[in-house]
Amino acid sequence: MFDLEQRFLSTERIELSSLHFIIYHSHPHSSSNISLKTSKWTQNKGMYQVIEGIISPVNDNYGKKELAAAKHRVAMVRLALQTSSWIRVDQWESEQKEWIETVKVLRHHYSELLRKEATNSNAGSEIPTEDIATPAYTAAPELKLLCGADILKTFQTPNLWKDEHIQEIVEKFGLVCVSRAGHDFQQYISESAILTHYQHNIHLVKNVVQSDLSATYVRQALYQGQSVKYLIPDSVISYIKDHDLYREERK
Amino acid sequence: MACIDSSMENLDNRKEVVLLACGSFNPITIMHLRLFELAKDYMNETGQYNVIKGIISPVGDAYKKKGLISAQHRIKMAELATQSSKWLEVDTWESCSKDWLETAKVLSYHQQRLEAENFNNSIVSPPSPILPGGKRKRIDDIDAGEPKPSAPQKKGPPELKLLCGADFLESFAVPNLWKPEDIATIVAKYGLVCITRSGNNTKKFIYESDVLWKHRSNIHLVNEWITNDVSSTKIRRALRRGQSIRYLVPEAVQQYIEKYNLYSTESEDNNAGCILAPFLKNK
Repeated sequence: MFDLEQRFLSTERIELSSLHFIIYHSHPHSSSNISLKTSKWTQNKGMYQVIEGIISPVNDNYGKKELAAAKHRVAMVRLALQTSSWIRVDQWESEQKEWIETVKVLRHHYSELLRKEATNSNAGSEIPTEDIATPAYTAAPELKLLCGADILKTFQTPNLWKDEHIQEIVEKFGLVCVSRAGHDFQQYISESAILTHYQHNIHLVKNVVQSDLSATYVRQALYQGQSVKYLIPDSVISYIKDHDLYREERK
Repeated sequence: MACIDSSMENLDNRKEVVLLACGSFNPITIMHLRLFELAKDYMNETGQYNVIKGIISPVGDAYKKKGLISAQHRIKMAELATQSSKWLEVDTWESCSKDWLETAKVLSYHQQRLEAENFNNSIVSPPSPILPGGKRKRIDDIDAGEPKPSAPQKKGPPELKLLCGADFLESFAVPNLWKPEDIATIVAKYGLVCITRSGNNTKKFIYESDVLWKHRSNIHLVNEWITNDVSSTKIRRALRRGQSIRYLVPEAVQQYIEKYNLYSTESEDNNAGCILAPFLKNK
């Protein structure tokens, strides 16, 4: 453990913004999606230290069918994250009047990050460095989009993404992409000129277990009155029951 | 598939079922727990069965499987994993035995226990009608206006079935691992509920075995539609590599493993060079 600490002193910090896509594909919030974040970042490539994960549920105006109200989705994520020390839920995106493109969510959170950095370093300059518990980082924090490999495929869907947004995401921010059963990460990269060009900024994480568990599956099981225990946290199951969510297939 | 609203239906007509899962549970994972949930949903949805209990029976240390840590820990983790469950329980009879016990023996033990409980229940109080929802109504609670219950029928013990995955079933083909008479007993006398991801392969396996084919009506195949590849082996490997197993095992289990530092390169070497107990016995 001592070795790892030494390395961290000279690394850049990263903050992850995972959610937009995780929530896009997973409401209610399934266990497999949280696990994919955690499993990646304890691997520690030695270049980065992950300090925070953010889950940002999509806005109600996104218009996806079967989307439960944002207040519920936010509440369920919060319940799911109760035991996590480093991942938090952020409501900004869901509270906006309109649906916002992913790149704008990233920009918002990045400016928030910088703002917090500035506040911290202003406060810190009066305190001798040895007294500060956390190691001194010299590089600016990075914010990366965390998603499953299936999101890379959606970049190919006509009119779903603006090209300039894809570029900004991979160029200015970066992707952390977790492997998913049935999706060929390398293929998706090679099929796109932009992704190929910025592939150094696209990190593939091999999941500890292969799982194609999805929120769609969980909702389906709920509609059919089947058990979803151990697929999502007990607290989320109770919430769904108490608020009568995902009861029948809404067209 | 129509979802049967079992709260309205008279559950009396259904056969009660208890599911027993044997295995190392080294450690128990969410996959093990999911097997129970999938099996229960499947059996109940047929309309013929009412699954009332699930029993987890971790194997004893005498099994001598490589990487097997002490039963005491494996049992504790299984208990932590099932504390939030209303119908799952952990049984230590098998693991308390000094010698390794064949699965057929474990089934036989639990069958006898269920029969004994059933016998005790019927002499302590006469069987009272079971209302929808499973609550027994006391004889003296019956209102005058309600029709009197018919002469109470003696309910037999629940049916005990072995819950397993497809790999367990297919291990029947491993030479000297199973006694042929045990395989026959398991499928003929008890029955299997087998969770499988590739139903066709499992059906083929059953087709190619005379004894399995003969008792195929007693082998219930349950499809697992999503890949959820959590296995104890992968969990132990992840732990050795310092990778997170959060959300792959119940929270309490993950904390327990961390607290006692249960799995390591050393523990994976437990029983290295030992012959698995059934192979020794079936020589």
